[in-house]
Amino acid sequence: MKKKKHHIISLMKYFHDFCGVEWLFYDLGVDEFSALWINWSSFLLTCFCLRYLLCTVGSVYIRSKEAPAKDVLKDLIEMCRGIQHPVRGLFLRSYLSQVSRDKLPDIGSEYEGDADTAMDAVEFVLQNFTEMNKLWVRMQHQGPARDKEKREKERSELRDLVGKNLHVLSQIEGVDLDMYRETVLPRVLEQVVNCKDEIAQYYLMDCVIQVFPDEYHLQTLETILGACPQLQPSVDIKTVLARLMERLSNYAASSAEVLPVFFQVEAFAKLNIAIGKVIEAQDDMPVYGAVTLYASLLTFILHVHPDRLDYVDQILGACVKKLSGKGKLDDSKATKQIVALLSAPLDKYKDIDTALKLSNYPRVMEHLDNGTNKEMSNVIIQSIMKNRTYISTAEKVEALFELIKGLIKDIDENHQDELDEDDFKEEQNSVARLIQLLYTDDTEEMMKIIHTVRKHILTGGPKRLPFTVPPFTFSALKLVRRLQSQNENVSGEEAAATPKDIFQILMQTIEALSSVPVPELALGLYLQCAEAANDCDLEPVAYEFFTQAYILYEEEISDSKAQVTSIHLIIGTLQRMHVFGVENRDTLTHKATGYSSKLLKKPDQCRAVYACSHLFWLDEHNDMKDGERVMLCLKRALRIANAAQQMANASRGSSGSVVLFIEILNKYLYFYEKGVLQVTIDSIQSLIELIKQEMSGENTTADLSADAFFASTLRYIQFQKDKGGVVAEKYSPIKAEFAETS
Amino acid sequence: MVLVLALGDLHIPHRASDLPPKFKSMLVPGKIQHIVCTGNLCIKEVHDYLKTVCPDLHIARGEYDEETRYPETKTLTIGQFKLGVCHGHQVIPWGDLDSLAMLQRQLDVDILVTGHTHQFTAYKHEAGVVINPGSATGSYSSITYDVNPSFVLMDIDGLRVVVYVYELIDGEVKVDKIDFKKTTTSNA
Repeated sequence: MKKKKHHIISLMKYFHDFCGVEWLFYDLGVDEFSALWINWSSFLLTCFCLRYLLCTVGSVYIRSKEAPAKDVLKDLIEMCRGIQHPVRGLFLRSYLSQVSRDKLPDIGSEYEGDADTAMDAVEFVLQNFTEMNKLWVRMQHQGPARDKEKREKERSELRDLVGKNLHVLSQIEGVDLDMYRETVLPRVLEQVVNCKDEIAQYYLMDCVIQVFPDEYHLQTLETILGACPQLQPSVDIKTVLARLMERLSNYAASSAEVLPVFFQVEAFAKLNIAIGKVIEAQDDMPVYGAVTLYASLLTFILHVHPDRLDYVDQILGACVKKLSGKGKLDDSKATKQIVALLSAPLDKYKDIDTALKLSNYPRVMEHLDNGTNKEMSNVIIQSIMKNRTYISTAEKVEALFELIKGLIKDIDENHQDELDEDDFKEEQNSVARLIQLLYTDDTEEMMKIIHTVRKHILTGGPKRLPFTVPPFTFSALKLVRRLQSQNENVSGEEAAATPKDIFQILMQTIEALSSVPVPELALGLYLQCAEAANDCDLEPVAYEFFTQAYILYEEEISDSKAQVTSIHLIIGTLQRMHVFGVENRDTLTHKATGYSSKLLKKPDQCRAVYACSHLFWLDEHNDMKDGERVMLCLKRALRIANAAQQMANASRGSSGSVVLFIEILNKYLYFYEKGVLQVTIDSIQSLIELIKQEMSGENTTADLSADAFFASTLRYIQFQKDKGGVVAEKYSPIKAEFAETS
Repeated sequence: MVLVLALGDLHIPHRASDLPPKFKSMLVPGKIQHIVCTGNLCIKEVHDYLKTVCPDLHIARGEYDEETRYPETKTLTIGQFKLGVCHGHQVIPWGDLDSLAMLQRQLDVDILVTGHTHQFTAYKHEAGVVINPGSATGSYSSITYDVNPSFVLMDIDGLRVVVYVYELIDGEVKVDKIDFKKTTTSNA
């Protein structure tokens, strides 16, 4: 006995050195190992290890080239049949596969033998694969039902043993496209289908797809797709198909030379049909699954047939069909996939125009819940802004606004979105920015765009109007300008759109802001329109805009700060108007000065009133130079400044700042230089004295900025004197030495 | 050498959707020490963007600005220069240099940066320099026709300031520069 023991061990040692099989010992459980030592006969009967040895021996034998590889391999694989225990069988055959791998009678290999084909090698591997798969599947049914989960986990751990065979097949040189198509794939698929095991089918289908080259897949599409409906219904076929399409998409993207093959084999048609069948067959497939498939196919199309918008639309149409009858989706996984589906064409084409041509695009969006719909709308806007493409026809604008209608108006009147205020602002600001990109040089088309935009923004309600009306207004005013310059060139023709028409639209649109209300904003917009009307010589239109602005001021703007700003806008705009006749002008000016003197704070009053002085002196229009009224304003301002001083004295016991006086002095100088006769040297001089007096008074609080202001004003006077010529003459009578200030 | 960016009247999103890409690529964070902005951004996003270009941001309020708390005028000292910022809609007549000169005297600054007209100007007068950086987005203005996007970069070095104006004309960025030297005047 001992002798035999030594013999076996030394034999093992020999092979260990030769073939590195020491792992054999590790694999033996403690029990088996002790059995080995204790019971030789049982060792010999445990054939298990012996078969490993035989495999090892066999491989060495092949290497010795004493017999053709194919024969030895045939014997070995027969020998493995003896082990029907699934796990052991798998390991044994896996070992066989591993050890025989570099000794297959492949074409060009040293073990080729006299056959001129790799058929034997293929046959060998296929057989091993088939048997291994059967064993693997058998594991599923062994043991009590309650351990099913544990078994499936074990199976999952062993799956690579089976899959490796496919890998070996793919490495065989002699397996060309023909052999793959005629022999390898059909045999593999046969086994996959016949084993009727969900785990095996899913894994092996995926393996086939990952392991064999994409060119082969293209040429055998029908075969592999044909197997899909034959698989167990519980197999996650959509993932398999998705991965296939992903691979093919990447393959298509890898080189342009590859594309013609796709067309030739009609890849898209086949995939489309296959997917349709799968979705039809699995009636209870969740929406998420179907959409994933469509999304993968869409990516495929975008890579392979980017110019075929009809294909893209077809997929979207199929999607719509699947979604129909389901109303708005509740499933977040599905909606996420739909957003991915819809974003793909945007990313690919970079041009919203293309997406707008897809008739099914908006239909898909309808099935999104409000929140996701808005999200998608935002994605669309961001895409447009990123690519800075203009949307140049009214038709496209209409289609676009249909798509993003969730942002334009409240879709469901009953359901108010509780959107965070900041988010809502951001959202609406995006819409505003989008409006800037709705543009074309063609004035007639632009007019149509204006109409379309207006139609949609007016459905937005008071929440949205403050965001959408301003960009709309300026878009329209830009068109007015373009029409102006056009009319100058093209005379005599009846233009389809006129500035007057646009002003009418603007009047009505800005009016809508009263429902919000945002009077300051509306006032500003009215004045902008007034100025534009002025440039078009449309006196009644300009007057009407002013009227509306004034009404807002009188009735709606009560905040002091807002009043000051509004007054500045009114006076500033009015000062620039040349279109008004005397009567209109007088009315508006009179009102403006009235508003100015009624401002709450005295300093604001003072400043507004002296600003009004500019209303009576327009440089470019000799008939709008009224020195008397200029002086009236300035004197009035002076009175108000005085009153302000007195108030300060009375209420605080100290004199207020003299700044207002200095400002008025500067205005005196301004008009003096312009040649307003009523601004006499005396009046200037007395004002200077007044200021000096105020600054050196007993109760004066030191005001450094006022000092500096006065000093620089006096410096200015000196500077003018030093200029020489006419200017110096004007200024020389003015005595303006620096005063000593405390 | 201190770089001061002067810009304003972007009017995003009322009149423009964004800064021109060519400008955006020029405004790299970390290169500019101060920003003076004449106002009318108009929304917070623009404020935040400007902050990333330079954290020392000074803004005067424009009539369309969303943020009502920006001041009407702002003054700051950079090196030897006193700068003042004001949007300009408060100074009537709009764009009138003599009236702006009065504001400059009142604020007692060497450089007055103002906007509203959307037209670039750089004007030297007795009290100092008035700079209007125009509209950085080239947005519509009732005052100026054919507005080109523009902004100003001031390089302040001792008593000298070089004003670079960048204008986007027909898709190309054109640069011009103007030199100003401050005479040390004695203040009473």
